[in-house]
Amino acid sequence: MLIPHPLLGPRDAQEFTYLGDASLLNRPDGMAEGALAAFCDYVYLRDNPAGVHRELWFHEQGDRSWLVVTRNTVTHEILGAELARDVALRRQK
Amino acid sequence: MTRLSGGLIDRSKTLRFTFNGKGYTGHPGDTLASALLANGVRLVGRSFKYHRPRGIFAAGSEEPNALVTLRSGARAEPNTRATVAELFDGLQATSQNHVGPLNFDLLAVNDLLSPFFAAGFYYKTFMWPKVFWEKLYEPMIRRAAGLGAMSMQADPDAYDKGFLHCDLLVIGAGAAGLAAALTAARSGARVILADEDFRLGGRLLAEGETLGDAIAPDWVAGVEAELASLPNLRILRRTTVFGAFDHGIYGAVERVGDHLPTPQTVRQTLWRITAKRTLLAAGTTERHIPFANNDRPGIMLAGALRAYVHRWAASPADKVAIFTSNDDGHRTAADLVAKGMQVTAVIDPRRDAKALGQYPLYAGAVVSDTRGRLGLSHVQITRDGAPVWVEAGALGVAGGWNPNLHLASHHRGRPVWSDAHLAFLPAAAGGPPGLSVAGAAAGQGTTQAALTHGAQAAQAALADLGIAASLPDLPAASDAKGNQHPLWHVPGKHRAWVDFQNDVTVKDIKLAHQENMRPVEHLKRWTTLGMATDQGKTANVTALAVMAELTGQSIPQTGATIFRPPYTPVSLAVLGGGDTGPNFRPRRLTPTHPWAAAQGAVFVEVGQWMRAQYFPRPGEATWRETVDREVLATRAGVGICDVTTLGKVDVQGRDAGSFLDRLYANPMASLKVGMVRYGLMLREDGHAYDDGTCARLAEDHYVVTTTTAQAGPVYRQMEFARQCLWPDLDVQLISTTDAWAQLSVAGPNARKLLERVVDGFDLSNEAFPFMACAPLTVCGGLRARLFRISFSGELAYELAVPARYGNALMARLVQVGADLGATPYGTEALGVMRIEKGHAAGNELNGQTTAQMLGMGKMVSAKKDAIGTVMTRREGMLAESRILVGLQPVDPADPVTAGAHLFAEGAAQDTWSDQGWITSACFSPHVGSAIGLGFLTDGVARLGEVIVAANPLEGKSTRLRVVSPHFVDPDGGRLRD
Repeated sequence: MLIPHPLLGPRDAQEFTYLGDASLLNRPDGMAEGALAAFCDYVYLRDNPAGVHRELWFHEQGDRSWLVVTRNTVTHEILGAELARDVALRRQK
Repeated sequence: MTRLSGGLIDRSKTLRFTFNGKGYTGHPGDTLASALLANGVRLVGRSFKYHRPRGIFAAGSEEPNALVTLRSGARAEPNTRATVAELFDGLQATSQNHVGPLNFDLLAVNDLLSPFFAAGFYYKTFMWPKVFWEKLYEPMIRRAAGLGAMSMQADPDAYDKGFLHCDLLVIGAGAAGLAAALTAARSGARVILADEDFRLGGRLLAEGETLGDAIAPDWVAGVEAELASLPNLRILRRTTVFGAFDHGIYGAVERVGDHLPTPQTVRQTLWRITAKRTLLAAGTTERHIPFANNDRPGIMLAGALRAYVHRWAASPADKVAIFTSNDDGHRTAADLVAKGMQVTAVIDPRRDAKALGQYPLYAGAVVSDTRGRLGLSHVQITRDGAPVWVEAGALGVAGGWNPNLHLASHHRGRPVWSDAHLAFLPAAAGGPPGLSVAGAAAGQGTTQAALTHGAQAAQAALADLGIAASLPDLPAASDAKGNQHPLWHVPGKHRAWVDFQNDVTVKDIKLAHQENMRPVEHLKRWTTLGMATDQGKTANVTALAVMAELTGQSIPQTGATIFRPPYTPVSLAVLGGGDTGPNFRPRRLTPTHPWAAAQGAVFVEVGQWMRAQYFPRPGEATWRETVDREVLATRAGVGICDVTTLGKVDVQGRDAGSFLDRLYANPMASLKVGMVRYGLMLREDGHAYDDGTCARLAEDHYVVTTTTAQAGPVYRQMEFARQCLWPDLDVQLISTTDAWAQLSVAGPNARKLLERVVDGFDLSNEAFPFMACAPLTVCGGLRARLFRISFSGELAYELAVPARYGNALMARLVQVGADLGATPYGTEALGVMRIEKGHAAGNELNGQTTAQMLGMGKMVSAKKDAIGTVMTRREGMLAESRILVGLQPVDPADPVTAGAHLFAEGAAQDTWSDQGWITSACFSPHVGSAIGLGFLTDGVARLGEVIVAANPLEGKSTRLRVVSPHFVDPDGGRLRD
């Protein structure tokens, strides 16, 4: 597969390490009320869609960027990729 | 001899080869198959199940029958298709799958037992009695199954892998592929032209056609010469593109040295080709028509017969017949007659069939049976119910042509049935993105159509990329379209083979139908149709048509099985691509490796690293003697160990402390500048992840260490935390594991030794206490960092210098510390000392353990939101009562075995009474017996109790006393001295 790195252009998937569902960006607040239940969901519950999936890839053999890649799990078509940092910062706003 | 005139072989040179030990000759340009046919050899092997005599059936990679073992000894290669094995001088080939000589196979008895081996026999027989399975049935099936045998020796050849990129990949160098490559290459685009054959031209080499004024091979040579002169085109001969993968990536195997007596460089290369656009111009494969006893040597595809005659000037027999359902079979007959061969009959089911030349035509007739024990002698022709026997040593069967659309369906693209072509064609959409199909593979099968379509398809593919290509002037070529009639099999009561390689007959398909194995995927698995090396290239469509007939459905309703990579068999060796032995993975050497090697150190693989395991001295008979000496010398004087492999991460930024507070379970922001703190990281699920030290060199500058094994994953996790969880923090990370050489200097004389290398640095306990750190210089100005930390339990330091100075620093310390007893030690002594001190390492941090189990429950701070903190509060985690303890045998002579499970004395040794396990064990020279660490239920409360360690693998139980895990200096006085 080729991953369209937002800074470096198309890169071979072999350069990356795969983590999984981009919902891992949504880490609950550990100091909040009900944190334990929220963390159980965060750690263990994942959607497993046949179709469009947002997922985390780490450019380990490259610039060490974490990317959020939008991929169709059925066709492997890549619909987009952006820096996870940008996604996370947007989320915080 | 059955060599004709002409052909694309070099008669000026003679190549000698053997088949089953008998010598023959051939010429450069021959395949093993063509040379065997030219030598009059028809019988080349035995069939898979029934051990029926079999001959050469095809002229290319689709061959189902003629599988031989090539070469001998370690280079012996089983199941090689004789039709693609390029002849070389000295080639040795042997037939397969027979007991006794090839012409008298003892297992041919299977043919008489054929009712027993019907479809699904694997599933139906050998069921009972149950006890017979392991002792009788399985060994029997294993012995009889498979075709060739492996050499069981190591492969002596080298393999390689490589990466290629192009604008246009053209797969297949026949008429369409050559026209496409020419069009694309002239436009300046980067082009790769790959063909599985050793000679470009595809079917053009197998026909007696003219293109413009030139005979076809001359036109091919002209195009090849132009292509070779263009720097933007690369020709890959002997290269099979075997799979279409994601995003325009194709796998290809180039057989670099398979055609040489001994491979000169590498045997094969695995290419990973990234192509912006791809043109599949793989041509077509002919199919046959099943009829009774249609598997005798001498019966072959009519197109293959034509190829042997034109390209290789090899005739399989003096008298030849043709059975055809279409005009193309008549073309073969006419070509053979033109070559001066005797065609004894052309059998065509069409009553209105017309002869294309001077040969006896049986219109409205079929072949209904054959004779000839080890090779065809007669064919039975039936017309209007009246059979006649006609003499023929070879029979060409022409049942129509199937497009080679395999790669177009590698992304589950479903082929589409065309009534006009009586074949499946690639679908317009649903194939691999960027791939289009050209020429005969797309149903554009005449030479003229293939040339034009190839050029146009290349032009269109490049236009997609914004590259303008103009169409070349193409020569005038044959455009005869030919008529065909759907005849899928000749009904009869004898066995008629559909899939030769797997011995699947029309009857087997009928049986599958009766047994309701009707969907094509079921049919395939129940009958083994279309499996093994040829993947049913000559059988699948015919089998579907037979099933369609039985079910009363149309062929498109019946559907087709999915083609998957590889297109043709790929050796495991080339998939390894040379990553074997020392090249299996990168090997990392520590900075002190040259020095350690010069000392005669024994090295051990630790992940990718090679670390000094111990340093034997003359007179030491066992590794234990060496390790005991290294431990005792360190505890008595001073020892030095390279600990560079521990991961190091440099953490800088205004928010570095706050960032580390979220990574470590224990607080780090509160750490004072110039101090070090032990740190424990958890996984988000609350389990212990990794440990190490965290040193604060400045207000905004920390250096953290990880275990050797987790250096990569921990760094990845830290980047995840920085970029994905807390991107608002001002913090930067970089791994400096390879930048700094780090040496542990441990033992009561450690301070005295370091005083001899530091540049005026005050090492006194007051100025530089336990857990202090500082930047400094050593050895007269060398930049260094010093950490007062201890893994051994002794007064100890770790000294880091830029990596390139590590080797010299090691030599210097041992040299200047000789009178202090300075002793290098390896990973074994390091391990012994950490067990003696009760420090956790990889064995204890195995992903199943918690901070509480490690005795560090109180380190997990509830005042901050660090990774994993919340999940440690789960009920099950809190209820965990196993905890790290030390273990010592009651009888000092007894061993302690890591992995042994722990039980109360007298308790049953089963899962329900299991109380923990031993994680680490060693012989402790300090204690004078074996010792161990382990997790034990309610361990802290059980100090002094005697328990039992069970080692059921060896049937042994050992009585152990529960002790503190700190065997050495439990108060920690030595560290702080």
